[in-house]
Amino acid sequence: MINIRSLSHVYEKGRKIKFPDWQIEDMDQWLLLGASGCGKSTLLNIISGLLKPTQGEILINDTDLYTLSARSTDRFRGRHIGIIFQRPHLIRSLNVLDNLELAAVMAGVPIDHERNLLLLKDLGIGNLAKRYPDELSQGQLQRVSVARALVNKPDLLIADEPTSSLDDENAAQVIEMLTTQAKDNGAALIIATHDQRVREHIAKTYLL
Amino acid sequence: MNIFKISSKNLVRNKLTTILNIILVAFGVGILSILFLASNQIGNKLEKNAKDIDLVVGAKGSPLQLILSSIYQIDYPTGNIPAKDAYKLAHHPMVKRAVPLALGDNYNGYRIVGTDTSFSHLYGLSVLKGNFWQKDLEVTIGSTVASTSKLKIGDYFFGAHGLTGNGDIHKQHAYVVKGILKPEGNITDNLILTNIGSVYKMHEEKHKETHHAAAAEAKEINDKQITALLIQYKSPMSVILFPRMVNQSTNMQAASPAMESARLFSLIGIGIDTLQWFAVFIMAIAALSIFISLYNAMKERKYDLAIMRCLGASKSKLFFLVMFEGILVTLIGTCLGLLIGHAALEVIGVYQESSQAKLTGLTAVPQEIYLIWIGLFIGSLASLIPAMQIYKVDIAATLTKDR
Ligand SMILES: Nc1ncnc2c1ncn2[C@@H]1O[C@H](COP(=O)(O)OP(=O)(O)OP(=O)(O)O)[C@@H](O)[C@H]1O
Ligand SMILES: [Mg+2]
Repeated sequence: MINIRSLSHVYEKGRKIKFPDWQIEDMDQWLLLGASGCGKSTLLNIISGLLKPTQGEILINDTDLYTLSARSTDRFRGRHIGIIFQRPHLIRSLNVLDNLELAAVMAGVPIDHERNLLLLKDLGIGNLAKRYPDELSQGQLQRVSVARALVNKPDLLIADEPTSSLDDENAAQVIEMLTTQAKDNGAALIIATHDQRVREHIAKTYLL
Repeated sequence: MNIFKISSKNLVRNKLTTILNIILVAFGVGILSILFLASNQIGNKLEKNAKDIDLVVGAKGSPLQLILSSIYQIDYPTGNIPAKDAYKLAHHPMVKRAVPLALGDNYNGYRIVGTDTSFSHLYGLSVLKGNFWQKDLEVTIGSTVASTSKLKIGDYFFGAHGLTGNGDIHKQHAYVVKGILKPEGNITDNLILTNIGSVYKMHEEKHKETHHAAAAEAKEINDKQITALLIQYKSPMSVILFPRMVNQSTNMQAASPAMESARLFSLIGIGIDTLQWFAVFIMAIAALSIFISLYNAMKERKYDLAIMRCLGASKSKLFFLVMFEGILVTLIGTCLGLLIGHAALEVIGVYQESSQAKLTGLTAVPQEIYLIWIGLFIGSLASLIPAMQIYKVDIAATLTKDR
């Protein structure tokens, strides 16, 4: 599904970051490991279509992501990739349910109210649908951002250090949630982390 | 969930800034709409009351005062003119119609105007109830006079000397109401009409009483005086010749309502101009304030917008979102401003003393459409630069950094 070939990136005034070739199949689950500053976030941004690499190519379902127009890249990302950040960036002026609906609206797909409620229920936060982000805990917020990443039934779920701000219990729950939800929704999963707690849950690793 | 909801939720979240901006816009628009409405209504009134009157002849003095007193019934008359001279002018070959006016008394602030049937022809008056006055001391009252003073047909009342106030009441003769005029929407609604003889009678008696002079019983019209003469020409050609003839060869003064109204309006115009600039200044401040608040908010909104980009929104969609927010604020402000303007004018109208030139907020003028357009323009202008920031935001960098 995703094919990374001879990819490298150079930030302005930065050293060259080289990425080993990588082949991800449908519904694969991968850990992206590496020391801090080695380029994990950089790679994920490249895969999400947010950062154009200096060299090399990245093929998603045989189309080169960076040959698409800016608009089509945005569209592609909205419909096929679900992103979960280290910090659960939610829109603070919208409640939980509206934040989920926003994902559909921004990607230009119809809103599926029932499914959104079901997602929240599956993630154990069905009772928080009408709450605002300011009123939720870190763990709850991270669950909401997982739900939001799943709203548009993505083919690929990307999580950049989803557990680093959570305690052991919440971290385990979020990882558990990500793996099962990815499976249930038929999505491939990449988790970038240097969190030892995550390693035992996922077999395949890609080391930077 | 749509752009409108996202914008309005964000505006509600920043309540204070939003309210401040809306108030600024509303204030500017409100002042402008009051100015538009008031100048339009005053202009209309001036025009309506002076309609069909080509010239006013009265005693020498300020021509503006002559016009104001004899057409708009606002100021005091410049003095009196001999009825004999007025009679001569009235029968001049250039004159189609001449309406004599004898002012001097009032009832509860409504002027009692001594005139003849030509007055009702000039204004095209007709009675709603009863009849026009026929004999001395009979009056026909305007519709506003009837409704506010509660005078009915057959009622008697005493006039008071002077044009305002009821200090010196003419107790010797009572007027009797013979008819009520149909509402005309002009000055005649506020007048009490009678014949010239009644006005003479009031003042003659007083004369006798105080001086016991051996005034001739059968006074001829020649010795009498009237206040002014409203003149309609036979042909527009007379515009130049006739006033000059009056001003040069008689002891009277001729004033043209058209010219004096224009002069009056240019005097008021200076005040209106100043206020207009003040309102424009406020609008500019409003635009600046919206700009600053949107621009500042972009620092925080960068995250929101980066998230939306991540969720698949294109740059142009988000550009529109930010623009929409600014425009929404000015649009709400503009509508509120129009509402305030109309309400304020209505309130001013209620508290206005002079019943002759009452203002109302219940009408609209076409210029107000421009105000809405100006509002939209200011909104888009103020949000343009903040919205352009969308094209500069580096989503990856923004979202990997902490908030
Ligand atoms: N916007 C940027 N401009 C310049 N250099 C950058 C930028 N972002 C990252 N870098 C540099 O690129 C390298 C890789 O950064 P990246 O954020 O991908 O690391 P990471 O593996 O995600 O680290 P961490 O585990 O701490 O999140 C770092 O050395 C960093 O300093
Ligand atoms: Mg990182």
